[in-house]
Amino acid sequence: MVTVTLWGSLADLTGGTRDLQVKATNLRELLTTLAQDYPALRPQLDRGVSVSIDGKIYNDSWFQPITETSEVVLLNRLEGG
Amino acid sequence: MAKDEFQSREFKVVGTRVPRPDGLDKVTGRARYGADMSAPGMLFGYCLRSPHAHARIRSIDTSQAEAMSGVKAVVTRADFIHTPEDEGTRDILDNVMAGEKALYDGHTVAAVAATSRSVALAALKAIKVDYEVLPHVIDVDEAMKEGAPVLHEGRQQESVPKGYSQNVLARSQYGHGDIAAGFAKADLIVERSFTTAATHQGYIEPHACLATMGNDGQGDLWCCTQGHYMVRNTCSAILGMEAGRLKVTASEIGGGFGGKTTVFLEPVALMLSKKSGKPVKMTMAREEVMRASGPTASTSIDIKIGMTKDGKITAAQGDFRYQSGCFYAMNGALGAMCGFAPYDLDNVETVGWEVVTNRPKAAAYRAPGAPMAAFAVESVIDEMAKELGLDPIDLRLLNAADEGTKSAYGPTYPAIGLKATLEAAKAHPHWSAPLGENQGRGMGCGFWFNFGGDTCVSLMINPDGTVSLSEGNPDIGGSRASMSMMAAEELGIPYEQVRCVIADTATLGQNEVTDGSRVTFAVGLATIKAARHAIKIMKERAAATWGIEPEAVEWVDGAAQPAGPNAGKFPPMTLKEIAETASNTGGPIAGHFEVNAEGAGVSFGTHIADTEVDPETGAVKVLRYTVFQDAGKAVHPDYVEGQLQGGAVQGIGWALNEEYIYGEDGTLQNAGYLDYRIPVASDLPMIDPVILEIPNPGHPYGVRGVGETGIVPPLATLANAVSRAAGVRMTSLPMSPPKLLAAIKAQG
Repeated sequence: MVTVTLWGSLADLTGGTRDLQVKATNLRELLTTLAQDYPALRPQLDRGVSVSIDGKIYNDSWFQPITETSEVVLLNRLEGG
Repeated sequence: MAKDEFQSREFKVVGTRVPRPDGLDKVTGRARYGADMSAPGMLFGYCLRSPHAHARIRSIDTSQAEAMSGVKAVVTRADFIHTPEDEGTRDILDNVMAGEKALYDGHTVAAVAATSRSVALAALKAIKVDYEVLPHVIDVDEAMKEGAPVLHEGRQQESVPKGYSQNVLARSQYGHGDIAAGFAKADLIVERSFTTAATHQGYIEPHACLATMGNDGQGDLWCCTQGHYMVRNTCSAILGMEAGRLKVTASEIGGGFGGKTTVFLEPVALMLSKKSGKPVKMTMAREEVMRASGPTASTSIDIKIGMTKDGKITAAQGDFRYQSGCFYAMNGALGAMCGFAPYDLDNVETVGWEVVTNRPKAAAYRAPGAPMAAFAVESVIDEMAKELGLDPIDLRLLNAADEGTKSAYGPTYPAIGLKATLEAAKAHPHWSAPLGENQGRGMGCGFWFNFGGDTCVSLMINPDGTVSLSEGNPDIGGSRASMSMMAAEELGIPYEQVRCVIADTATLGQNEVTDGSRVTFAVGLATIKAARHAIKIMKERAAATWGIEPEAVEWVDGAAQPAGPNAGKFPPMTLKEIAETASNTGGPIAGHFEVNAEGAGVSFGTHIADTEVDPETGAVKVLRYTVFQDAGKAVHPDYVEGQLQGGAVQGIGWALNEEYIYGEDGTLQNAGYLDYRIPVASDLPMIDPVILEIPNPGHPYGVRGVGETGIVPPLATLANAVSRAAGVRMTSLPMSPPKLLAAIKAQG
């Protein structure tokens, strides 16, 4: 299981829990499982999120590996200028 | 993406200051910008814009305009019959052509294509729009209140608590620790409120395009943009056509800075062309650029920081309220994520708000959302340093984030360069230089994420041994030079032997926009990999020529050679020699690489400024300015210095003079450079850039993006310098002379 940390206001949608346990080995599984297990997160997941994996930020790479020891943090979808 | 791409090496081309390949074209006027393209039978397209800040469009009568001689097409929202699937693209359509309501002064409500500019402008006057003028709201705090004029119904996200206007679209909260316990440990707590004005990126070149839609459903578009693939995808979604049927070619670009990461004229020009059957050229006047393109957000921010008497931050809290114009944009969340990012904090809580107002939809301005947040946070830290009698750099070093720090926005940092920039600033002669009367020195830190994204590069070995390199990102900050340099470095050939072009959307696969400080990192990575691909093929050709295994061939200084004595005795075969025999050895040689280059490293910068305040007028003179930033590896130092200098100059303008000024009726009062004051050369000292090179492990040469971080610290740096020079804390930008003079007089 991977521990996923939500940003604070998303915890309002998961009963106040910011650290979720999710079964996933890559980014795609992570996002799919999150949407299945926590349907209240779906609107935000559909709008798009970025995911920090061990301090590096990913937007779209489905097959980016995630291990049980990875630090995984959900972030607002990031964009630059 | 492999995480540790970096390998230390001795560079021969990278790191030098070679001549820029576009220099001659640009100084002789040969370079072609957005407005420089024409086509036979071309029409001239112009927009009719709302004179009201907020109005329901009851009806639009275009009959008189359509009947005018020389008018070939008139379009309104009724012509855009396709509804894009994506909400963001629907907002873009609503922004480029108003639907039921005009949402800001300058919002396009109709457009005309005619045989001349004069006919088109006359036709615009003949269009009759029946408006029901509605109450408007411009200020972010006013827009958040219940009872404020509402722009959109039902767009509020689930994150917004009850009790706010529907103009509040989203709320994001970040942080960790126990904020109350942190403040309880503090010896000093300072709480301040700040405001910043909306500013424009101030690019020299107005938006322009030439659109051609054929009867066969295929289109060509020439335009000035930061991302022609984005233009293709957005326009095709708006027009309901397949992306592959629209070819977009990027012109040279006279500045973008984030403001050209979306579309304004392009879908309208395509629709006018489709309706008229003729090519249509559209250009914005400067007034239109100011009224109807995308300035940055304006903000209202509250910051509260607790500190021990020796300068350790015990708790930090921020409320970042950003208005981003009339449609959703994620700027407040970025402010909430970036504001405290330079610091190692046990207890931090930030909230970002996204609010809509009757202004044009905000666009990015280098690092979107971050400079305003840094202004507020760094101002409070500076005030606390002064009150506690601490050196501002020492205080920041005491609290600086480092490898292993849990950032204010959540993730734990890998190796980062913030402390290196602070230590370089502390050691620089600027920090200890004497100051005169009415002069003050300020400093500030800033953070930005940096991105990568979809990238394609193709590298052709020509028969004569020259190299043609194709990339898909408009060259804004010198990418043709830096890509050519990285290709030359990898191939082991002179820089002059490589020519880099910006390919159109039909030539390469998808490329992300030139934004997020991504190009030197991501396109550079792809260029190096494409060169390695070509080298692999050239080694195979040499091996076949010699009759040995490819694995027995190595590539050294631009030539294939046997890898060791056991591989055989053959003289090195140069790239040129391999190229000349390519037809004999298997055909043309090309390398390519396609990647989603995610995982770019974050970036930090530290700035120092000296200012002098005239206590009689409130005028500010910037005396000296130094920038310290980590570039990972500066491929072409001139361009890196230019990015750092440009960010500082834009930040100086934002801090001192620039602001969108609205009248009581919600219309923009200063839509031109006579009334909107950007810094000119005579306002500025030489900006001294100090480049640090701490290799980025995610790039083969250690490159880190530099395009955006440079605009993050200047607002705070100038505010701290001016506040120290004037003896009064400035909490509202711009610090224009009337505002500063009033603050000085109020102080007594």
